Amino acid sequence: MTAVGADQRQQMAYVATQAADARLNVEIETEGMTLNIGPQHPATHGTLRLVARLDGEQVVEAEPIMGYMHRGYEKLAEVRTYPQVTTLINRIDWLGSFANEVPFILAAEKLMEVEAPPRAQWIRTALFELSRIANITLFLGDMAVQLGALTPVFMAFRDREFVLNQIEAATGGRFHPNFDRIGGLKDDLPQGWIDDTKQVMEKIRDFCDEFEELVLGNEIFQARSRGIGIVPPAVGLAYGLSGANIRASGVDWDLRRDGHEALAYDQVDWKVWTHPDGDSFARYWVRLQETREATHIVDQLLDGLPSGPIMAKVPRIIKVPAGEAYAATENPLGEMGYYIVSKGDLVPFRVKIRSASFSNISITPWLLKGVYVPDIITILASLYFILGDIDR
Amino acid sequence: MTAASVMSSLLAVEVPYWASSIIKLGVVALVVPTAALILGYVFLMKMMSFMQSRLGPMEAGPYGTLQLLADGLKFIQKEDIFPEKADRTVFALAPLVVLISTFLIFVVIPTGPDAVVAQLDVGIFYALAVSSLSVVGILMAGWASANKYALMGGLRAAGQLIAYELPLVLAVMGVVIQAGTLDLQKIVAAQANGEIFGWGGIGNPFILTQFVGFFIFLVAVQAETTQPPFDMPVAESEIVGGYQVEYTGFRFLFFFMGEFGTAFAFGALASVLFLGGWALPWGDITHWGFNIAGPVIMLVKIMAVSALIFWFRFTYPRLREDQLQRLAWKFLIPLSLVNIVVTGVFKVVL
Repeated sequence: MTAVGADQRQQMAYVATQAADARLNVEIETEGMTLNIGPQHPATHGTLRLVARLDGEQVVEAEPIMGYMHRGYEKLAEVRTYPQVTTLINRIDWLGSFANEVPFILAAEKLMEVEAPPRAQWIRTALFELSRIANITLFLGDMAVQLGALTPVFMAFRDREFVLNQIEAATGGRFHPNFDRIGGLKDDLPQGWIDDTKQVMEKIRDFCDEFEELVLGNEIFQARSRGIGIVPPAVGLAYGLSGANIRASGVDWDLRRDGHEALAYDQVDWKVWTHPDGDSFARYWVRLQETREATHIVDQLLDGLPSGPIMAKVPRIIKVPAGEAYAATENPLGEMGYYIVSKGDLVPFRVKIRSASFSNISITPWLLKGVYVPDIITILASLYFILGDIDR
Repeated sequence: MTAASVMSSLLAVEVPYWASSIIKLGVVALVVPTAALILGYVFLMKMMSFMQSRLGPMEAGPYGTLQLLADGLKFIQKEDIFPEKADRTVFALAPLVVLISTFLIFVVIPTGPDAVVAQLDVGIFYALAVSSLSVVGILMAGWASANKYALMGGLRAAGQLIAYELPLVLAVMGVVIQAGTLDLQKIVAAQANGEIFGWGGIGNPFILTQFVGFFIFLVAVQAETTQPPFDMPVAESEIVGGYQVEYTGFRFLFFFMGEFGTAFAFGALASVLFLGGWALPWGDITHWGFNIAGPVIMLVKIMAVSALIFWFRFTYPRLREDQLQRLAWKFLIPLSLVNIVVTGVFKVVL
């Protein structure tokens, strides 16, 4: 709090509070208004509640209240065998489901001391990036619709469909693939999948170009998002922001490059995008660039796909040796990690899920002080959270 | 001469005053829902769908043409819900006030030499005055709903509509100066018989000389009808429909009809003021045939203007309330004042 309190933004919010109280005393009797935004509000995706104290249209104080969709996955995981758990955790961030499975499987593999063969790792990485694209294309349309532009979200859904088709073709599941296994993958890729996916990547690049003009180039979008919801790097790190949210503040940190997990990112040539501004526009910009970068990653992975088996030697009934392990990956929403404690049983003793949105949303009380009601929507949209990822 | 008297001359019977009044009322009462249906179907359902790579309604009637009728029937069947703490009288009256303001605009819009309900000497003044009546209805709705979102929507609407009355009126001033009259019929005649710097080949549709005024008029209309990029009073993603949030059934239908009816009325005003109205620059504009052809010509022009309005609606994100006020006071109003000065100078010099 002390590091934050010195910040100019905090001071502005403080001044706004004081001014509101002063007005209350001197001028006409204007009461502050408490506005319940959500849980049934379109900008909160259905299940986040935001209690905002307003002075006119200015926010004096805002507090997110979560837990409306808490499903108790950490507890449920304790009574399920390791292969069964992936079915559950698919549903944490439901827009990029495959990416949820990967860190859990990686943590379990660490405990088992097995490593997936190279081909499995490469396909895993490619599917990981495909689910990133499936997730973030929807954000690119959704933030535009939050700002009032009706058309982009339909284009996002249209082009996301192609990616979902590819995920379905490879895994059998559009939304919940449940494809990752300890020691490898369930199946190899189907015939012709690589060429089809490359064509889809071409379409996604066109989509990115289109959105760069249609949304990022729009004067009204810029007026609404530039300078709104600025997160200074120090504050962002203090609140545990991760993913594109922190990269938009100029922090060059990406677990795909900086992490130590057994994925094929070090085999391909790609770039981590950052933006110095830290505002809502920067967060949108970074995500758009990352989507385009992800298509290049997928292309390279599919070009250099090694041959070989897709499963390591793993016993049929999986018993994970006693121990503790943590694995984290750079998921579409930010850092996602699983801390598994095993007692050498068929089921994990305890699983702690570190989901990105939970940490990302924790900055909102600080960020929303002193902004106007329309900017609440911009900031919430640009922070980009999935409720399943907050509540688990 | 009015629409009713045309009918009476066609039927060769003298229509008493009360009968002609009823006919006029019937015509206006028919025009508003029809206008809302046409705009709603052509633009809200079809044009928007095609822009968003989908088909829109396809099942009700050929190409879904009857979808809005079906929707209307559905709305009428719905329960008429009053919020518990609502001010019942005001809550019930608010949609009517909005709708009445739309009805009143149609009274002065001419669609032929005789096809007009009431030809007023101050026609355009009257039209702009009654169009701002809808603010009262919106404020009533926002306040009476006893809902914070509705209240914010109502207040936003009031601030916005008042701010955009000014550029709207000032944009029209240029036309009024050029035509030298406030009478909508005479404005049409001035365009049909006019000359652009001595050349009268296509008359003088004021869009050519008053293009700045036309631009300002369109922007202001966009704000008046609370369409994106100026739809903060109803912003779904922020205040979930604003003043409409508590309305259901036929009262919501009234708001819908008011919104699209007003868009149609402003399209009609724009085509009268800037595109030559019901007249064509060739031929005798007092010919009775224009009473038949006029409405068709008007409809084409209204659809062209509405296409522009709705194109903006489906393309742009929404501005913030303070940005909207800044646009009105710091850009549109000075620009329209400059336009008036320039028009005045040309009027005196030429």
